[in-house]
Amino acid sequence: MGSRASTLLREEEIEEIKKETGFSHSQITRLYSRFTSLDKGENGTLSREDFQRIPELAINPLGDRIINAFFPEGEDQVNFKGFMRTLAHFRPIEDNEKNKNPPATEPLNSRTNKLLFAFRLYDLDRDDKISRDELLQVLRMMVGVNISDDQLGSIADRTIQEADTNGDTCISFQEFMKVLEKVDVEQKMSIRFLH
Amino acid sequence: MENLWYVAGTIFQLWMSVVVFFIMLPAMFGLSLGVTEVYIQVLVKILEWATLRIQRGQQEQPSAPIPLHTGIIERVGGSMEEEMWQLRCSRPEAAGAFCLSDGVYFCMKGLESIVEDQVTQRFSSEELASWNLLTRTNQNFYYISLRLTIIWGLGVFVRYCVLLPFRIALASTGISWLVIGTCVVGFLPESSAKNWLSELVHLTCYRICARGLSATIHYHNKENRPQKGGICVANHTTPIDVVILANDGCYAMVGQTHGGLLGILQKSMVRSCPHVWFERSEMKDRNTVTRRLRHHVAAKTKLPILIFPEGTCVNNTSVMMFKKGSFEIGGTIYPVAIKYDRRFGDAFWNSSKYNMVSYLLRTMTSWAIVVNVWYLPPMTIQDGEDAAQFANRVKSVIAHQGGLLDLAWDGGLKRYKVKDSLKEEQQKMYSNIIVGQNHIRNTKTCSETREDQ
Repeated sequence: MGSRASTLLREEEIEEIKKETGFSHSQITRLYSRFTSLDKGENGTLSREDFQRIPELAINPLGDRIINAFFPEGEDQVNFKGFMRTLAHFRPIEDNEKNKNPPATEPLNSRTNKLLFAFRLYDLDRDDKISRDELLQVLRMMVGVNISDDQLGSIADRTIQEADTNGDTCISFQEFMKVLEKVDVEQKMSIRFLH
Repeated sequence: MENLWYVAGTIFQLWMSVVVFFIMLPAMFGLSLGVTEVYIQVLVKILEWATLRIQRGQQEQPSAPIPLHTGIIERVGGSMEEEMWQLRCSRPEAAGAFCLSDGVYFCMKGLESIVEDQVTQRFSSEELASWNLLTRTNQNFYYISLRLTIIWGLGVFVRYCVLLPFRIALASTGISWLVIGTCVVGFLPESSAKNWLSELVHLTCYRICARGLSATIHYHNKENRPQKGGICVANHTTPIDVVILANDGCYAMVGQTHGGLLGILQKSMVRSCPHVWFERSEMKDRNTVTRRLRHHVAAKTKLPILIFPEGTCVNNTSVMMFKKGSFEIGGTIYPVAIKYDRRFGDAFWNSSKYNMVSYLLRTMTSWAIVVNVWYLPPMTIQDGEDAAQFANRVKSVIAHQGGLLDLAWDGGLKRYKVKDSLKEEQQKMYSNIIVGQNHIRNTKTCSETREDQ
């Protein structure tokens, strides 16, 4: 009698994911159960339709952008490792990690990487800049049909005007970070597990 | 050859006498011999022992995941407006009513729902807090000790080789007697004697079927039992709900006509007392359905209708949206809350995973079905309330009594996609936030300038 959820997930894989993402053993097994329950086709990968089947995600105005973040450029399927890698951005930053010597590579859940995730929600073509058009498109997703083009345009203009410091009418990642510098990203952009 | 017939004949006679004396007669009078009660008590002791052993075992193996049924993650409960304000609060004088941090709110809500959402978990069996010695519920439990394994092995033997044949025989006896009995009663002319006999036949056979599942049913508040001419609504977990409720009273069933065995059962049942069976084509037409049900209810002498407004089976941890159709018929609604005790067996029918036969086999090889049924005081629609609001009111009463979560989500999401209108609601809510007080000041200046031009 073993744990049914993890008989399909080998110990070595769990260790790899643990090292890469920092999740604990039990969190990884729990998320694997979740992954398999979403994987209706039972082929070890999730497609966009699998995500769309979650009603709360399907009604989220930015649902498509969030789902897109799980899929690497040009791909239509995400495996468990990719799933965990994306979720790793939202692991809480533990106190002992803050005090330790900074590791060789920046952890996936650092403040910068969390903000980068949010930045990429707006940056539709992944060219590291949020143009006025991109901002308008994302705004349109969030407000639906309730605000006119004109009003939305002026909102976009104002936002870019505020954030843009180098005058290129686009928002770069540095400018984005400046806008959100006072937001408590560590607390607001983390998912807390109950165990 | 003769010996074989002789043996078979003796077994059959023995079986019949056991059934008649120990099961049918007590069932007719609503009595119980107490065998199931003793069985349940023994089971509870064994399961408690098993729980202690497992807990001890888990303490020795700290890496083993502790199964939870209270949720995986902590969810922030604020409204959209509160949450967005908190994200922005570092910039109280935000010049525009929109801020780039707003996207973060939707992002987090989306990610939380990817890790754990309130809806999809209702369509699969609930996880147990502690293993109940059935392999099928062995999700996250590790090997603990030899003694536990032996008990488990013994349990397998008892369930499959002793209980299962007995239960199958009993259930088939119950169903066949129901068919024969209702057929016979159907030949009688309409009279109060016929109704009484029909009720007796129905009750007895349903009780035999319940024995066939080792069902222990605790009824609470029997004074609120549904009366003639009323509508009984309950939360739906499994087709066995019908057997559970019919053990204590007679109901007029509502449903689609089927073919085959079930069809025969339906046809004979309707001969002895008026059930409401619809053809598949009629089911599509809501008006026909409502009209027939209204007609049935209006004749105050007919048995109360039994309806499951959720429209589909969910896993007994929550009550999902009640379809308002049942609440438009009129008449008094008698809500009933049904809660199964998960330790003894999983009653939930996951229709996408198991068909009816495998579901029944699983149920008959569980330990038992232990269920609490609460009859709630009758409710009627109030002035100024529409059917949907009335449905929600009844739903929250049932959820509260049964200790279930009250969800507004549609159980039909099991099969089809969520409606676009819900997304549009979210968008509208967000638009209201950014076209709020702050924004009026700013857009006015912008539009004024534009109008001046």
